[in-house]
Amino acid sequence: MTSKHERDEVLSSGSGYEKYGSIYLIWLVIFFVIPVIVILAYSFLTRDYQGGIILKFSLQGYKDIFNLNYLTVFIRTVIISFISAAICILIAVPVSYYIVYSKLKNFLLLLVIIPFWTNSLIRIYAWIFILGNNGLINQLLLNSGIVNSYVKFIYNNAAVLLILVYTYLPFAILPLFSSIERLEKQLFEAAMDLGCTKRQVFFKVLLPNIKQGIVSAFVFVFIPALGTYAVPELVGGKNSRLIGNEIARQLTIARNWPAAAAISSILLILTIIAVIVFIYGGEKRETR
Amino acid sequence: MKPGNLTRIITILAILFFYLPIIVVVVFSFNSSKSPEWTGFSLKWYYQLFTSSGYIWRTFLNSMIVGVSSSIVSVVLGTLGAISMYLGSKKFRQVMWTTTYIPFTIPDIIIGVSLLIFFTTLNVRLSLFTIFIAHVTFSMPYTMMIVLTRLHDFDKSIIEAAYDLGATKSVALRKVIVPVAMPGIIAAFFMAFTLSIDDFVITFFVAGPSSTTLPLQIFSMVRFGISPVINAISTLLLLGTIFMSVALRRYVRYII
Repeated sequence: MTSKHERDEVLSSGSGYEKYGSIYLIWLVIFFVIPVIVILAYSFLTRDYQGGIILKFSLQGYKDIFNLNYLTVFIRTVIISFISAAICILIAVPVSYYIVYSKLKNFLLLLVIIPFWTNSLIRIYAWIFILGNNGLINQLLLNSGIVNSYVKFIYNNAAVLLILVYTYLPFAILPLFSSIERLEKQLFEAAMDLGCTKRQVFFKVLLPNIKQGIVSAFVFVFIPALGTYAVPELVGGKNSRLIGNEIARQLTIARNWPAAAAISSILLILTIIAVIVFIYGGEKRETR
Repeated sequence: MKPGNLTRIITILAILFFYLPIIVVVVFSFNSSKSPEWTGFSLKWYYQLFTSSGYIWRTFLNSMIVGVSSSIVSVVLGTLGAISMYLGSKKFRQVMWTTTYIPFTIPDIIIGVSLLIFFTTLNVRLSLFTIFIAHVTFSMPYTMMIVLTRLHDFDKSIIEAAYDLGATKSVALRKVIVPVAMPGIIAAFFMAFTLSIDDFVITFFVAGPSSTTLPLQIFSMVRFGISPVINAISTLLLLGTIFMSVALRRYVRYII
């Protein structure tokens, strides 16, 4: 049989199927790996005031960041991302626990998936429509004579936090849902039989068993929040600019590309640290 | 064990939190007044959207062009990637996994900025084409993972069986592997399409002046403040999203 040889070849390593994936790999190398390396390189080059760079080594990009007092922006971004990830986890754990054991499981899951897929700008807009200076609540307050001029509900850090939680909550619920769903139901029954209260089951049985899910959920919120641009741009105030806004500002308005590249490089390093701390710090993620 | 009342209350509140703002937006898309106070039912904002908002539809057309073309390319390359990852050597799988996992993890803005700098350095004019490249790049890891998950649901022995029955490599690919992967391939296509239609941040950086997409258009409209026309667009997009979510609900878990 001619295919006997091929069969063994396929089942052993080095089957020749690698070539199918080569275009995929080459594409990602050209349009992802190389551009990221280019950014890292740009952060060490000299600024061309026309926009763009001059091929000469310089640390001015990084110096500019410190001169512009971006340290506050970095700290603010990390704190806001951390708090929004923590709030998302606090809400997502009970919600996903409830959904897994609910009779309406599939329907409730769909209710979480719809916002997951809904365009984020629309979801941000919904809050501007309600809380904005000319928004629904201000209109109600003005019409009823409770206030004389609009109340500024948004354009501050609290609004950024609220809308980050609103945007990323589904990202936290879905991984927690899968990790709770994987648990054996008998685990809880056994704990109850052995005399645990519901509270004890939640804290001593459920939480330790879904540690990995909690970590993934945290990372799924924390990392996108670190790089968020639209949320602080649309609902943030003067004192809620985050890393994403500063990258855009340096690229488009200030036209200081080495500085933009330097901020991006620091964001990249923050991300890598977060991944190492949260994912590899816990158990090693299964790679199939 | 049945979850207690507290978890139920939190769940109900979370669902309300998700939907109340969206429902308010939908309701006020049918308001006859421009300001957010209810003055009566009207379809005039939809009428305005459909009859005198050509510039919005042009951006919608751009989004569709990029969405369809980038998801086709992304699915073809992602499927080939998934097959090679499913059947390739261990070392190759590790390279594939790392190259897939990193773009999957890092914030979108880095992909956008790095591609902008990359294209500008190479003197590539920003256009729908650069958006297309960017969208294939960020959606490919998703399509690859979805198809791979689908393949992993099957026992490799079906491929062994195909070879035992005399199939050559290309026959096995056409008659066994691709049919098995098909539901995953279809799901991956819709996922890539949805990601492309929704993307704002990456597109924001790689779009040129004449290649505005619908999310970029919505962004600049939202920046100017509230308008019932945005409510009408939101309502229509929401309908599309609900349809997609129902169709894709089984596959969302593949990417989590």
